[in-house]
Formats: sequence, C-alpha cells, structure tokens
Amino acid sequence: MRESAQQYVLQSSDFQKLLDALIKRGYQILGPTIRDGAIVYEELISVDDLPVGWTDEQNGGIYRLKRRDDQAMFGYAVGPHSWKKFLHPPVVRLWQATQDENGLQIKEEPRQARKMALIAARSCELHAIAVQDRVFMGGNYTDPGYKSKREQIFTVAINCSDAGGTCFCVSMKTGPKASFGFDLALTEVLQGEVHYFVAEVGSELGGEVLRELPVVLAQEPAQTAAENVVEKTRQEMGRTMDTTNIKDLLYGSYEHPRWENVAARCLTCANCTMVCPTCFCTTVEDVTDLQGEHAERWQKWDSCFTMDFSYIHGGSVRATAKARYRQWMTHKLATWFDQFGSSGCVGCGRCITWCPVGIDITEEVAAIRETKKEENNGESTKNTR
Amino acid sequence: MASAPVHPMVPEPWRVRRVRKETQETFTLELEPAGGHGELRFLAGQFNMVYLFGVGEVPISVSGDANDPHKLVHTIRAVGPVTRAMRKVKRGDTLGVRGPFGTPWPVTAASGKDVLIVAGGIGLAPLRPVIYEVLSKRHQFGDVAVVYGTRTPADILFSSEIERWQKRPDMQVHITVDRAAATKDTIKSDGQERPPHATIWSGNVGVVTALIARAKIDFRNAIAMVCGPEVMMRFTVQELEKRGLALDQIYISMERNMKCAVGFCGHCQFGPTFICKDGPVFPYSRIETLFSIREL
Amino acid sequence: MESLQKILAEHPFTRGLDERHLALLTGCASNVRFEAGQRIFREGEEANQFYLVREGKMAIELFGVERGALTILTLGPGEVLGWSWLVPPYRWKFDAYALEPARAIALDGKCLREKAEKDHDLGYELLKRIAQVMEERLHATRLQLLNVYEVES
Repeated sequence: MRESAQQYVLQSSDFQKLLDALIKRGYQILGPTIRDGAIVYEELISVDDLPVGWTDEQNGGIYRLKRRDDQAMFGYAVGPHSWKKFLHPPVVRLWQATQDENGLQIKEEPRQARKMALIAARSCELHAIAVQDRVFMGGNYTDPGYKSKREQIFTVAINCSDAGGTCFCVSMKTGPKASFGFDLALTEVLQGEVHYFVAEVGSELGGEVLRELPVVLAQEPAQTAAENVVEKTRQEMGRTMDTTNIKDLLYGSYEHPRWENVAARCLTCANCTMVCPTCFCTTVEDVTDLQGEHAERWQKWDSCFTMDFSYIHGGSVRATAKARYRQWMTHKLATWFDQFGSSGCVGCGRCITWCPVGIDITEEVAAIRETKKEENNGESTKNTR
Repeated sequence: MASAPVHPMVPEPWRVRRVRKETQETFTLELEPAGGHGELRFLAGQFNMVYLFGVGEVPISVSGDANDPHKLVHTIRAVGPVTRAMRKVKRGDTLGVRGPFGTPWPVTAASGKDVLIVAGGIGLAPLRPVIYEVLSKRHQFGDVAVVYGTRTPADILFSSEIERWQKRPDMQVHITVDRAAATKDTIKSDGQERPPHATIWSGNVGVVTALIARAKIDFRNAIAMVCGPEVMMRFTVQELEKRGLALDQIYISMERNMKCAVGFCGHCQFGPTFICKDGPVFPYSRIETLFSIREL
Repeated sequence: MESLQKILAEHPFTRGLDERHLALLTGCASNVRFEAGQRIFREGEEANQFYLVREGKMAIELFGVERGALTILTLGPGEVLGWSWLVPPYRWKFDAYALEPARAIALDGKCLREKAEKDHDLGYELLKRIAQVMEERLHATRLQLLNVYEVES
C-alpha cells in the first residue's frame, strides 16, 4: 500500500487546468470521448470532449452507452479502444525504398516526435502497456518506433469508479487501483454537489505538473472517500477468473474437447485480438507505385485468427478455428508467462464485450478447469481403491 | 561499431554477385555488400530476411561459409510469390537483407564428438555451413556422416560438392532418393544380364530414415543435426532414438511463418517459443512435447 | 557349416536366435555371390529363397512396359531381401538385381517352411522377425508415398 504517499484534492471544475498544463508542455492530449455510440480514445481539445454524464453497459457481445444521473467525467469502464492504438498504431510505414541505376536505397521512416499525454488510463491498461513494453523493448531487439513514443508519454491514470459487466481485473491482480506506471493517478469522487479528484503523484514530472494546479492536500475524509470508490469497484467486478496454476492448466489442455466446443461458436473474426490491449501481432505489406521505382513497407496489426497468420508454403499450420482459438487463449494465459514473464491477459474484459457471439474467456477457463477437476477426482478415486 | 540505432526491420542493400541454378526449383544467390555497410557475420544455422524490391521479404537460411562473411550465400527454393520472383534476379541486381537471426547449429557443442547430419530436400542448405565448419577444423570431431534424402536424383542439391565430399576419406556421405528415375532400358527376354546401372541412378532408393543405420558413428557419443520437412524430421528423430541417441543429442531446425524475425510480429510462435529468436535450431529435448501437438 | 552359423549369428536379421534355431537355419543356408547387374530373381518366378545381405547393394525393381524399370528400394548390408517364399503362391512380385558385386546368405524357403511347420517356436520367431522387416518396409513405403519434399502450391 502507498499509505504514506501524499494525496491532493483537485476540483473537477479545475480539470481543464490539468489539460492546459500538459498542452503548454507540448503534449498532444489523448483521452476518452464519445464517437459512434462508444467511448473511444481520440485527441481531445478540452474537457468538453470527455464523456461527462455517460456510462456503459457491457456484457458478452453487448456494449451500450447510457446516461448517468450525475455528471461523472470518468464513470464508465473501458471501451473498444486501448492505448496501443497510439503506442503501437494499427498501421505504420516502416520504410520506403527506391530502385534505380544506383541500386536499391532504403530509407527508414522518420520517427514522430510529438509527445502524448494519455488521459484517464485505467489500471488494467497500465498493466497492458507494461506487457507491451516487454514485447517491444524487453528482449534483444527494441522496436525504436514504439520506444520513442513510449518514452515520451505522460500518463494520467484514473482509478476505476465503475466496474464494467465484463471486467475481471481483480482476478488478474491488475486493478482497479493504479499502482505503477503513471505520472498522476486520480480517483473521481462524486457526492451530490461535491465533485473532486483525489490525486496521487507517480513521477517527478507528475509532481511538477500537479504543483501548477490549484490543489490542496487531501484530508482524511477525502482519502477515505477515494478509497471507498475503488473498494466499491473491487466488489462489483462483472466477471471472475480463477488463475490458480493457470499456466499448467492450459499447457495440460492442448487436446481438451472444450476447444471443439468454442470453435463451434467462434467466427474467427479477430475482434478479440483487435480490442485486446496486449495483442501485439503484426504483418507487413509491401506496396509499389505504378512505375515500379518506389516501394514501401507497411506494418499492420494482424491476428492469429486469420488463416494467413500461420501460412507456410503448402498451407496454414492452424487451419481450424479450434487451433486458432486455442493459440490465442493459450498464448494469453500460459505461453505468455514463458515468453515475457507475465500473463498476457489483464482482465479488461474487452474480448468478451466485443465478441459478436459473446465468447467469454473467463467461462472457457472455468469450463476447462471444471473437467480437469473431474479428471483429478476420478484419478484419486481410482487410486484409493 | 554500429552508428545510430538501426531499426531491426530495415534491410541493407546487397548486390547479387552470382546466380547458380541448383535444381529445377532451387537456386543459389551469392551476395556482396552494396551500401556503406560491411560484412555480415553469421553462425551456421542462422537465417536472414531477404527482400526483393517491390515484391516482399522471406526468411532464408544462410547456406554459405561462415568463415567467409564477405560473401553472403543463400540457397532458395521457388515455392511462393517472393521466392518465385527471386528466381529471376540477375548478377548486378540488388536485394535487401537484414540479419542474421536465430539460433545456430551446435557445432561447438559437437566438438570431440561424432557428427551426424541428416537432411531432406532443401534442408541440406541450412546444414551446408555446418559441413564447411566441421571440415575446416576436421580434427576436432570424431566420425562425420551426412545422410541426405531427396525426392528424385534431379532434386539433389550441391551435387558436384557432394561428389567431392564423397571422395574424402574423413567423412561418410549417404544419399538416397524416394524414387529413382524410370529407365527405358528393356531386359532381354532370355538374358540374365542387363545394361549396367551406371547409366542410370546407381545410388540408393528408399526413405532417408532407412539410411541412418548405414552411418558408421558412435550413436551414443554423437550430435545429430536434422533439417527437412517436419514429417521427415519426426521419423528421423524416432530412428535416432532407436539407435541410442538421447533427445538432447538431437537438434532440429523448425520452420514457421515469419514476418519480423525479431519476436515482434508473433507469427512464428510454436507453443511458448518464437521460432525466429528461440529457434530455428532447437535441441529436440526442448520441443519434444510441442512437436506432437497438431496445429500448434 | 560352422562359419555359416557364425555369419547367421551376426547378421541383424538372425542375431539373438538361440543356438538350436540357428543350427536349424544353418541347415537351410548357403553363401551366394552376385556380380554387378546380375539378376537375383524375377517377377513371376517361384520364390524359393530369401537373402540376408552381407555386402554390396541390391535393388528391388518393378518393370512396366511404358516406364521401363523403376527402382522401388535399394538394400545394403544387414538388410533382408524377399519374403514371397513365405506366402502362397510363393512367387516373386518384383525383380531384384545386384547393383554392385554383392554377397549374401541365401536361405532356402521350402526348407524353412518345412522346419517351421515342425517347430512352431522357430516358425514364430522367424515370423516375428519378418513381420518387423515388413512393418519397416511398409512404413518406409508410406513415407515415400507421402512425397514429403513436395510443396503444394
């Protein structure tokens, strides 16, 4: 616990001042706003762009915006977007090449310098960013494009006040309270007419920014109110997942009949991988101009649910939906540990909400676990005879 | 050494110095640096991502000599759009290359031991650097045997080089084909004799696994390096086990779809491993359990 | 005779047989040599022998009018040629040639069949060993059929 950390109170009416302080420092402000009936992450101009007074209703295959009866600015769970769209964009030009009498010239794409401020990142999302950090910067090779963006972000975390219907961060130990990876962390407190944020500083730069704002030291009641907000969210998780020995459970279930069951429902549409904040897979596309003198290579998000993904000459290694769903889920919950030292799932629930047929990763794990229990019970009965 | 940090996805230009047709569908490209960059040092078993302007990029094992890094040699089988287009490159053309990537064959670990190389089809190409290296310090190894299988005699790679190897007293080379070219020779209806087989394929016919028994090596003190189609590798491993090799004496080279070669793109996952950075060469003991899972 | 028995005791096919069975087999065995290119047997002929290869290389071939002779399999030292002597109607289904000067132990099929009928222990022991050869041969043939080096595109 960070009991000793200083906490401050920022009035909700002063939130714009936070954005202004960041804009003044040259940050592009990225945060939640309503578009096409969903709360998405876009560039913000002012607090007016925030989804004030809105919340979301979420369940397997269901997402719906609803009016709140208050003016909460961040009274919703996570939407279809995640911060990876900025840090690991869906489409990136890697380089351009020309070919002429001087031979082949390849020019790396210049890196974007604009600093990004992420407004209202949730704890599960900070965990997701940390997961992608390990993918793109944690090994022998570093993705310089990711790194240059990543190193310049300013993160304003929001401790969740509303658990979504598909949230299970408590099970994954990734929330609902931000514990690392932020410059400032805020808890939104709404009590009738009283509307303020309890702020915690996560970095030197965060402290510097906060000192420019009209904040006061938080007293005991405000601190307790903030704790209660998070505690209530913790109690209201929409989903749970038993993660006991989950890696071994899945490593031991490659031939489990449940995969057939889920494959009968899965459309292999790849929605889950697109909305997942940790899914990092990409493919590359080469394009040329009509004269054939200029070529470009683009990197695009890809999904292990496509047939092309595992194609080697002769065919796809994972030809069936069963194999592809198994790959995705086993990767998230088991092989990820061996690859990157952590779970690949942060419990944000997006894959459940945005699955058109409502396939639920927590339900799939439970189903596999259930049969394994039966197997084990069967074994022990046999053994005692 | 390196100046500014270079994006691992950006290739460097290499000029084609020589093109050699190996078989109907395979060819070898010899490349030299064409930009300001220098040589490319590699270890036997590693691969490069080779880019053909405007067409695309494919992972190709280095098939040349690691002692000669100025000359980059790739043997390519024309099976997809990119490799088929690469078949048309000429001397003087420029390709993009990034690499080398991946794990090498355990040549160092094989020092003091017998060496068994089992290759199938194009699988000889990634193993040729091992043969070069072993022969360049031949005294460090015990008995050395190469067992190589292809579909037909016409599919045998590096045939003139193989002939030279076969003449060496310090290595065994066993070649087999799945089917020998049919001949139009007829047998005299009454005679016992027939035209000498020397005019047709006089080598072995049969699967490569059946030839492993011919290798005169101490299987208990050998390192086996295996590369070929997965089915062939599976049965080769079984045969090697039968001959007394422990699973950690057997190394195989795996193939999966690769786009980035550095672990970013996710395509080449094989269970918990990434073929591009944890492989392509694995001790079989490490992937034994994965190998039997279908559609992994 | 004693040296023949010793050769039999060392050949992978007959290795480990007990002395009594080895002696019985030796009674049906003889040393044979083939010149390079010499035919060992021909499709359709009566199959009265089989061969334990000791040296050189032999080929099993199938002759087709349209395609000429097609080599199905080559055999080397330690391997076994022929099992048609065991199964009625006891006729060779392929041609066999020596590709190189070759030496082998020929075992008389009729002689073996009679001894196996009288001594089922010997018969079973022989059958087990031949079944293993057949299994390996069938497996190899299936792999050849798979055309593993071919790429479908």
